[in-house]
Amino acid sequence: MNCEEARVLLHAYLDDELDAAASLAMAQHLAGCAGCTQRYRGHARLQQALRDPALRVSAPAALRARLAARLPAPQPAARAARRWPALAAALAAALALTVTLATWQTLRPRAPAGDALVAEAVSGHVRALLAEHLLDVPSSDQHTVKPWFDGRLDYAPQVKDLVAEGFPLAGGRLDVLDGRRVAALVYRRHRHVINLYQWPAADGETGTRERDGYRVVQWNEDGMHYLAVSDAAAADLDAFVRAFRGASAAGAEPAR
Amino acid sequence: MDLPFSTPAGPDARSAFEASVMRHLDAAYGLARWLARNEQDAEDVVQEAVLRAYRFFGGFRGGDARVWLLAIVRNTFYTLRAAAPAPSAHDAFDETLHGGEDGAPDPETLLARAADAERLRAALARLPAEYREVLVLREFEECSYKEIAAITQLKIGTVMSRLARARERLARCLLEPAAEASP
Ligand SMILES: [Zn+2]
Repeated sequence: MNCEEARVLLHAYLDDELDAAASLAMAQHLAGCAGCTQRYRGHARLQQALRDPALRVSAPAALRARLAARLPAPQPAARAARRWPALAAALAAALALTVTLATWQTLRPRAPAGDALVAEAVSGHVRALLAEHLLDVPSSDQHTVKPWFDGRLDYAPQVKDLVAEGFPLAGGRLDVLDGRRVAALVYRRHRHVINLYQWPAADGETGTRERDGYRVVQWNEDGMHYLAVSDAAAADLDAFVRAFRGASAAGAEPAR
Repeated sequence: MDLPFSTPAGPDARSAFEASVMRHLDAAYGLARWLARNEQDAEDVVQEAVLRAYRFFGGFRGGDARVWLLAIVRNTFYTLRAAAPAPSAHDAFDETLHGGEDGAPDPETLLARAADAERLRAALARLPAEYREVLVLREFEECSYKEIAAITQLKIGTVMSRLARARERLARCLLEPAAEASP
């Protein structure tokens, strides 16, 4: 990391928004760079000063009262208002992202047990795409991606090179499913992303499902449960699963 | 500026709205107050935003009501501030790093200046709205980058770099002589 990068990243470091690897790189840079350390300390002090309650404001009581009077009484009759249709459409579009995220969150608790995991996996897939936090370790090299998980998980995920089959590896990230940290590998198919989650489990649910426009394929193999999510064409995801199950893994040891 | 609203579906819409959205009124007012920079405009923005939120409440199905409301407040502010369109549409303000001209400010001097709440308030008020909003969301509302991204419709990487620039600008403002405080 050089000072120019550190100058921006130190803010994410200050806000505790960096992943473990980037935090470590930042800490190492700060340890060896007096200029960046000074800058970091200055911004930490500034942040501390901004936490002063004297700078906070509360909504005036008069505003609360006015709003209470303006909102319709409970059990109102439905009335259509179309005076500002364009504005309504623009606002609706602007809010679509939030509402989409909210939809996932409300779907989860209602889903039956088997579906809950699928819903969570789909949600994780969508969140990773929306938040652009798709990759902790961006690399098309399985020999880079696989060791990255060492020490971050208590198991070693299977990482396979499927470029010949038309599914280039984009990298990997840590995700959380069903309350546990899991490995997520990211493969690409044209412009579609395939998230492949895996964790040790012998008897996970298997099969193929569609959920909210995403296809989910689950299988078990060699003590590992696999869950693939994508919005790629059904045939593409099925081909991906066949390719993954057929290919040999990085650093694969003979089955015992 | 009365906004007619259709009412959300459901018999207990208003109680649900009060329970999930109205409890974030302080957050809404805080953002509006720092964006509008005066109390009257802030109240107008919040009133408008809450009525809009109520109107759209039928389409809100749970999730983070605070993020949802703050996004509407921000939108309402930029909509009402007719003279200036929402910043995501253009890059009229200075988004470049000022090549080290601020150097690394001396932390102790910075702390001494920032400890003066009035001075800090004035410096914050002088920042462009694009900087003020990310700082207010981060430091006052303690939003995560992901939440700020959802509220401002910026990418997470942009949230990070904008916060960096906002803080550098704020530090520069604080270190300027107080006499130059108001342009
Ligand atoms: Zn440095």
